[in-house]
Amino acid sequence: MTDTPPENRYTEEHEWARRDDDNPHIIWIGITDYAQGQLGDVVMVELPEVGEAVDDDDACGAVESPKSVSDVFAPLVGRIIEVNETLLDAPEIVNSSPYDDGWLFKLEIKDAASFDDLMDHETYASFVEGLE
Amino acid sequence: MTPFAGFAMPLQYDGILKEHARVREHVGLFDVSHMGEVRITGAGAVDAVNRIISNDLHRIKDGRAQYTTMCAPDGTIVDDLICYRLSAEEIFICINAANRSIDPAHMREHLSGDAVLADESDDWAQIAVQGPNATTLIERVFGDTLAKLRPFRIRTVAFRDTELYFATTGYTGERGCELYCRPEVAVALWEQLEADGADLGVGPAGLGARDTLRLEMGYCLYGSDIDRSTSPLEAGLAWVTRLGTEFVGRDALVAQRDAGVPRALVGLEVFERGIPRHGYPILGADGETVGAVTSGTKSPSTGRAIGLGYVPSGMAAEGTELTIDCRGRQRPARVVKTPFYTSKGDS
Repeated sequence: MTDTPPENRYTEEHEWARRDDDNPHIIWIGITDYAQGQLGDVVMVELPEVGEAVDDDDACGAVESPKSVSDVFAPLVGRIIEVNETLLDAPEIVNSSPYDDGWLFKLEIKDAASFDDLMDHETYASFVEGLE
Repeated sequence: MTPFAGFAMPLQYDGILKEHARVREHVGLFDVSHMGEVRITGAGAVDAVNRIISNDLHRIKDGRAQYTTMCAPDGTIVDDLICYRLSAEEIFICINAANRSIDPAHMREHLSGDAVLADESDDWAQIAVQGPNATTLIERVFGDTLAKLRPFRIRTVAFRDTELYFATTGYTGERGCELYCRPEVAVALWEQLEADGADLGVGPAGLGARDTLRLEMGYCLYGSDIDRSTSPLEAGLAWVTRLGTEFVGRDALVAQRDAGVPRALVGLEVFERGIPRHGYPILGADGETVGAVTSGTKSPSTGRAIGLGYVPSGMAAEGTELTIDCRGRQRPARVVKTPFYTSKGDS
């Protein structure tokens, strides 16, 4: 059973999105527990540029294992305002803490309500179940 | 589990990095039963096989193994093989899983004389035992004599009322052996290796670790680094290509040598955060595409971003500065020598 915290929203590309506690226009993005498990040991993380404007479904980073590369997509329209530079030297944090210390970047979104269009945790959990 | 050449194969058991370290530091077990096997027997078997391989089985004695390529008439590589010379009349050959049906057909087409080919791929399972502690484990399971056997030898040994081939070959750069056994005893053999090696750090290793281990040694992977579009001279396999002998593809290779080999498979290292991957373009000084990466990973043993790729022969010298296009990001790279890693057991 894959871990899917209920406060997050999810995408079919196995990203999670979480609203910032203080600002509903700021969304934290990472990859899900299921994604890190499928990928295996994360050995390199490629992050977007701070300030970059992204469309939803734009590839804006990558997570690499010894064997493969997986694109990371922007789940919403917005602008990159911060990236988790800790991961550049310690990419394995994506494996050990995918939902917390392993966050990838923060997105500033104009349309705060767009967040609610993403999959909720139950929908994502059954989506993943359908893949297994 | 991942589908590979019609087999359900373990890509990893408990993580590629952990399994990789297990093989470099202790001992790992690989289930490589997907590999194919053929046997060529009859009077003149050595000569018959010599005419279909680029290497020369006259250079080794009975009971020894030899790495070789097998070429098409146009000089491109049909497969790379390990040939075990059991005797002058009997050659046992390990072939790549993806070529299990292609190789026997190619061999039969070009076999001459009285030699007969038997396709035995379904008759053998294979377990590779690799790592610095392999010697101790082999001694416990098979005794002192086989534990002392030098690399690239093959012996027959009894196991549970069957015979298995004990071969001191491998694909990791570590000590150890490859065990060709009957499928019905494969589980028992695996379990005995695990039980007898419990205090030696033994454990399973999957296809993922097998790939990172072989790449650190600069060994070619058929289908990635070599295939029907590459010649052994281009692939850095001139050392197993004996142009003084007669074999299928030889004339094309002599012509390629005389005209100048146009490109070379080289070791690559990428700097500034990028991992080379199969298919990434290699760029020259003016930004023009000069070749492509064929294999790459972040080397678990060294932490370096390493790969293999083809470049024009004039750009193949060690130290040549290149650029690799890693998914749209231009990363500085350099031609470096292989192997990328030296086994501690060999230093």
